[in-house]
Amino acid sequence: MEAIAQLIAAEMTPAELKNNAAAASAGYAYGLAAIGPGIGIGYLVGKSVEAMARQPEAAGMVRTTMFLGIAFTEALALIGFVVFILLKFA
Amino acid sequence: MNDKMSPLAMASAGQAPEVTVSRDIIRRGLIVAPLIMVIAGVIWGLTGAWSAGLGLALVLMNFGLAAALISWAAPISLALMMGVTLFGFLLRLGLISLAVFLVRDVSWVSLPALGITIIVTHLGLLFWEMRFIAASLAFPGLRPNAQEYPSSSAAETP
Repeated sequence: MEAIAQLIAAEMTPAELKNNAAAASAGYAYGLAAIGPGIGIGYLVGKSVEAMARQPEAAGMVRTTMFLGIAFTEALALIGFVVFILLKFA
Repeated sequence: MNDKMSPLAMASAGQAPEVTVSRDIIRRGLIVAPLIMVIAGVIWGLTGAWSAGLGLALVLMNFGLAAALISWAAPISLALMMGVTLFGFLLRLGLISLAVFLVRDVSWVSLPALGITIIVTHLGLLFWEMRFIAASLAFPGLRPNAQEYPSSSAAETP
């Protein structure tokens, strides 16, 4: 592993190395930022389905709050995405 | 309700509250769009104003698509709704990424303005809508339009 790193370092300028590290970091940031909301939305919708099955008469209220919850959870992924585009392209 | 039936085999028929919510959010987004573009224009110039418009359009499209997918799937089955919600999250993130990648080198786009507009308008519109919904759910008697926000809609077996 160290030999590979040395080989890469020998063939790249410091500027290229920095660019590559920034690109990899931005990718990790976006990926990690999308994992959390994915888990959160799955949990949220699962619990909403349970609630609708338990109390069908409250389905409208559950769906309303579920939709808002999904949108709030998704905001985290959007923040990660914006950090990614700012790191990568701005 | 049949007790032996799996919750995932059920469907949630009736009105689609998420469509009403997203329509409300889109209406409010269109109302504040000129203000957001002017503010972005003052900070980042003309490119900032166009970028803010694009960011707002992406956010509104995101809300609309989410509501459309859920309201399409819920009357079919709750299992489909769950799948559509999760894959819809992936799809919508992909669409936003694609839209931003397509315009990232365009001369009239300022990426900081676009990114900040996406976050601020998404959260701002949500908080704006949440205030209204929280009040109407907690105090049904204060609901401005009872037909728009039904407190219940029946979940039915298919």
